[in-house]
Amino acid sequence: MTLEQTPLALAQPFIDGLVNNEIRFQYCNACGAAQTFAHDACQHCGAEDLGWKKSSGHGTVYAATIVARAPSDAFRALAPYTLVVVELQEGARIMGHAVPGVRIGDRVVASFFVHQGQTLIRFEK
Amino acid sequence: MTHAYIAGVGNTAFGRLEGLGTLDLMAKAAKQALADAQLKRSDIDGVLCGYSTTMPHLMISTLFCERFSLRPNYAHGMQLGGATGAAMLMLARELVISGRCKNVLVVAGENRLSGQTRDSSIQTLAQVGHADFEVPNGASVPAYYGLMASRYMHETGVTNADLAEFAVLMRNNAIRHPDSHLTTPITIEDVLASKPIAEPLRLMDCCPISDGAMALIVSAQPSGALKVRMAGAGQAHLHQHLTAMRDVMDCGAARASAIAFKEAGLSVADIDYLGIYDSFTITLLMLLEELGFAARGGAAQRLRKGDYGQHGVLPLNTHGGLLSFGHCGVAGGMAHSVEAYRQFQGQAGVRQVRTPSHAFIHADGGVMSSHVSLILSREA
Repeated sequence: MTLEQTPLALAQPFIDGLVNNEIRFQYCNACGAAQTFAHDACQHCGAEDLGWKKSSGHGTVYAATIVARAPSDAFRALAPYTLVVVELQEGARIMGHAVPGVRIGDRVVASFFVHQGQTLIRFEK
Repeated sequence: MTHAYIAGVGNTAFGRLEGLGTLDLMAKAAKQALADAQLKRSDIDGVLCGYSTTMPHLMISTLFCERFSLRPNYAHGMQLGGATGAAMLMLARELVISGRCKNVLVVAGENRLSGQTRDSSIQTLAQVGHADFEVPNGASVPAYYGLMASRYMHETGVTNADLAEFAVLMRNNAIRHPDSHLTTPITIEDVLASKPIAEPLRLMDCCPISDGAMALIVSAQPSGALKVRMAGAGQAHLHQHLTAMRDVMDCGAARASAIAFKEAGLSVADIDYLGIYDSFTITLLMLLEELGFAARGGAAQRLRKGDYGQHGVLPLNTHGGLLSFGHCGVAGGMAHSVEAYRQFQGQAGVRQVRTPSHAFIHADGGVMSSHVSLILSREA
């Protein structure tokens, strides 16, 4: 009896990208729309032919907060920390950390850091 | 055509109710609602129950029915975050209008404050954020709302002082309700000086966690001094997670209300009572503005003018809302409807407003993800 190979998680290309210090985003082969998150079908046209691309890491801050109260022990040592939603140049939105002081509308570029064994995005000005 | 009416309501106090579990709380509220509607247990032929994070049972509705001695021919639980209560009321209305049921009990309760374990709170948190794209960043529920608030304030010019007005109004309302969780008077300055949680949101911009329960009965036959018909309902679901919310100016609220207004044959101008979901101050302000009960960036101005006060043109959450009456999960979002019903019936005591003609109820689940609008009308 052979075990079936574990299927790849939908967001696995994104997770693997972080380990390689790059942001990968899903896009539609039919209409070209960049996707926020990973989907089974294009959020714009509904086509199921989706692929992954590497982002330049450049984007614009869409929303920003400073988390004073961390939700878990793992993040308590980092608090207060800045979280942002960035609209990447390619059109997808992504959540990440950011250097203190970034504001909505700032042009930023992604860098990466490892926190408790996990690679996370930190946007810099 | 069969109409659906709210025929009775019940509730427990909100706050720390040590020693009472989910089913205990639900039973207290349901018993009161039955008495209020002057119905017997055998009259209830439909039961809808909200989920409870402290009691994630596979079959909460029939679990409750067995204990409470109900034998309906339609029953199930429902999960739609903060919009669950309004969604259950909408479904109860559909069940009555279709003729499937004559009397539907809608009930939810949770000992979210005194009965919550650390594991279950982490589990709940994990569901509000995206498991791959958001949660790994150490984002919290207030962080998602803080991010949303930052964008909305950027686009509209709304200030922290504007948000604080709503925290104060909800507290002043809660002080007049004997069952409220938070009743210590607060000022705008207190809100602005409260400790930061997720900028721009501070502690007093956030609702508390409470224990409590609420129940309503939706029926083909009206009850009480005044007939309260469920005149319209609507839903919209555009996204689940904050990052995927495309436009803070079109989160789904207005799409849901448009359906409800069309069904009721009414418009914003006809409404004279509001029960609007208020998990955070920004939630309440954004909903008021998207729903058309204030211009963009203008909700705080209407509040300062007195429009949302007890004797204003649009009394708002006169029980104190989630922000001060309290938030115990599904039941927290049902309290707005329970209060609206009591205002229709003239049972709101010192909180009583001029008898409403048409009340508008709106709830959202997730991060402005799931929207449910209800319109309640006084019938001659």
